[in-house]
Amino acid sequence: METPSHPSELLVRIENLSRLYGETLAVNQVSFELKRGEVLGFLGPNGAGKSTSMQMITGNLAPTAGQITINGFDLIDQPIEAKSCIGYLPENPPVYRELTVIEYLSYCARLHRIPSTRLRSALDDAMQHCGLEQVGKRLIGNLSKGFQQRVGIAQAIIHQPPVVILDEPTVGLDPIQIREIRKLIKALGKDRSVILSTHILPEVQSICDRVQIIRRGELIYHATIDELNKRGQGNSLTVAFRHAPPVQELQQLAGIQHITALDEHRFQIQFEPDDFAEQLVSQSVQHHWGLFELIPDNTSLEQIFVELTTDEHPDLGTDAEQAA
Amino acid sequence: MIWTIARREITSMFVSPLAWVILAVIQAILGWMFLAQIENFFVLQPQLIELENTPGVTDIVIAPIFSLAAIILLMIMPLLTMRSLAEEKKNKTIYLLFSAPISITQLVLGKFLGLLLFVLILISMLMLMPLSLMPGTELDFGKLLSIYIGMVLLLGSFCAIGLYLSSLTDNQTIAAVTTFGALLMLWIIEWNSDQTLFHYLSLLAHHQPLLEGIFSSTDVSYFLLIMLLFIGLTIRQLDGDRLQH
Repeated sequence: METPSHPSELLVRIENLSRLYGETLAVNQVSFELKRGEVLGFLGPNGAGKSTSMQMITGNLAPTAGQITINGFDLIDQPIEAKSCIGYLPENPPVYRELTVIEYLSYCARLHRIPSTRLRSALDDAMQHCGLEQVGKRLIGNLSKGFQQRVGIAQAIIHQPPVVILDEPTVGLDPIQIREIRKLIKALGKDRSVILSTHILPEVQSICDRVQIIRRGELIYHATIDELNKRGQGNSLTVAFRHAPPVQELQQLAGIQHITALDEHRFQIQFEPDDFAEQLVSQSVQHHWGLFELIPDNTSLEQIFVELTTDEHPDLGTDAEQAA
Repeated sequence: MIWTIARREITSMFVSPLAWVILAVIQAILGWMFLAQIENFFVLQPQLIELENTPGVTDIVIAPIFSLAAIILLMIMPLLTMRSLAEEKKNKTIYLLFSAPISITQLVLGKFLGLLLFVLILISMLMLMPLSLMPGTELDFGKLLSIYIGMVLLLGSFCAIGLYLSSLTDNQTIAAVTTFGALLMLWIIEWNSDQTLFHYLSLLAHHQPLLEGIFSSTDVSYFLLIMLLFIGLTIRQLDGDRLQH
């Protein structure tokens, strides 16, 4: 498949995407862009419109309004070309339970027009990436949920698409598998665009370059992960001293905005300047406070998420709590 | 692309017991019927010799078997076609096809071709029975060919109708029941009615002449139109699915 190369390497462009389900506006005027080499985390409470958006971007659902351009191809005018640039893992892995892993992946490869001479190597690559070598001859229906999920991911990357779209890829996996899949997604993100929907927030912080939060079908927050980390990390930390000084003494330190004693050793401190932690450590050494713990509070994404998805909408509260 | 999908259909049918069971049951029933007809033929033989322009073994033994096969298959085909799209929708595997770089037309034609291939296997197996008479008697191969084409056209129409009704729902049982109802309706529509319209609509009314070796373009066009119509409707339905879920 010949793919037009753009200098900016803009692979995904979504403009004013909207979708109506009867009277309900499931997705409202969503616009964003994604370049090669970026991993975008798509966040939102359950039912916010994440899956609907992804279904539209992958051509499974026709948008009510808006334009989707994948790798320079309009999804509506040139669906075949656009779709050949996408690998998609839906919420439920679309696997045929009665086929073996190899049979299934060969079928997917043929659907994506991989010539039969390259079929074997494409199959081996995808299976190796997703750790499926041991189960190639087993029936998918007999595999555990985690393996089925991995087969689903293998299906999405077998044709080496420039755009990979994964809808909650780590659901149902055990912690070790989750780590492997995250590693895989990070590796994919190096030379492709990846869109990832999830409501596991640490996942986003560990693998995404950019985050956007959707609520009630509208994009309400959009930031790079660096911005987010700065916003969160800079101003709060928890410290613990073996020989803790009185709170009043700590409050004298330059840059402290607010201090809360958690117990007789631990304090939560909100501060202003960037080099506060260094100062605190040197002070601690000078005064023999016996510093043994210093943890930057890094819960900003969760805070932002909860703030944005719950405020003045108590009816959404439970959803957001689950998601958080 | 169409062939890839058709091949997956056939593979899935034959890795599950369903295809084998259907083949076995039909073969057993019609095999029994075949023996009964041959016995019948021996009883009738002395009388036949006296007649002028006698009906041959093809008319007396083989045509009735395929006439019965048509009715048995009318009841069994819905069980095969019910899966084709309803199951994909239910298991959400339809997303794989919708996000693959293929058109809906290719997808539907692939599904139809898969079913048709199964039908060809089925009819070819049934054809072995009359062919087994070859060493003992002379067969009318023109009529056999007409019967074969007639069966393919009839079952192809069953498949197209079943495929469409399977695209309307994600419940296989509903797909099977509605297909069975529709096929039965298209069979009995000519009963107790001398209106030519109803007679024209009947599937089996167009099938009968082909069994008798009368190859008329009206009948052939009727079956081709039915297939075309329902394949077209299926494509339309799946396209519409993306517009409103």
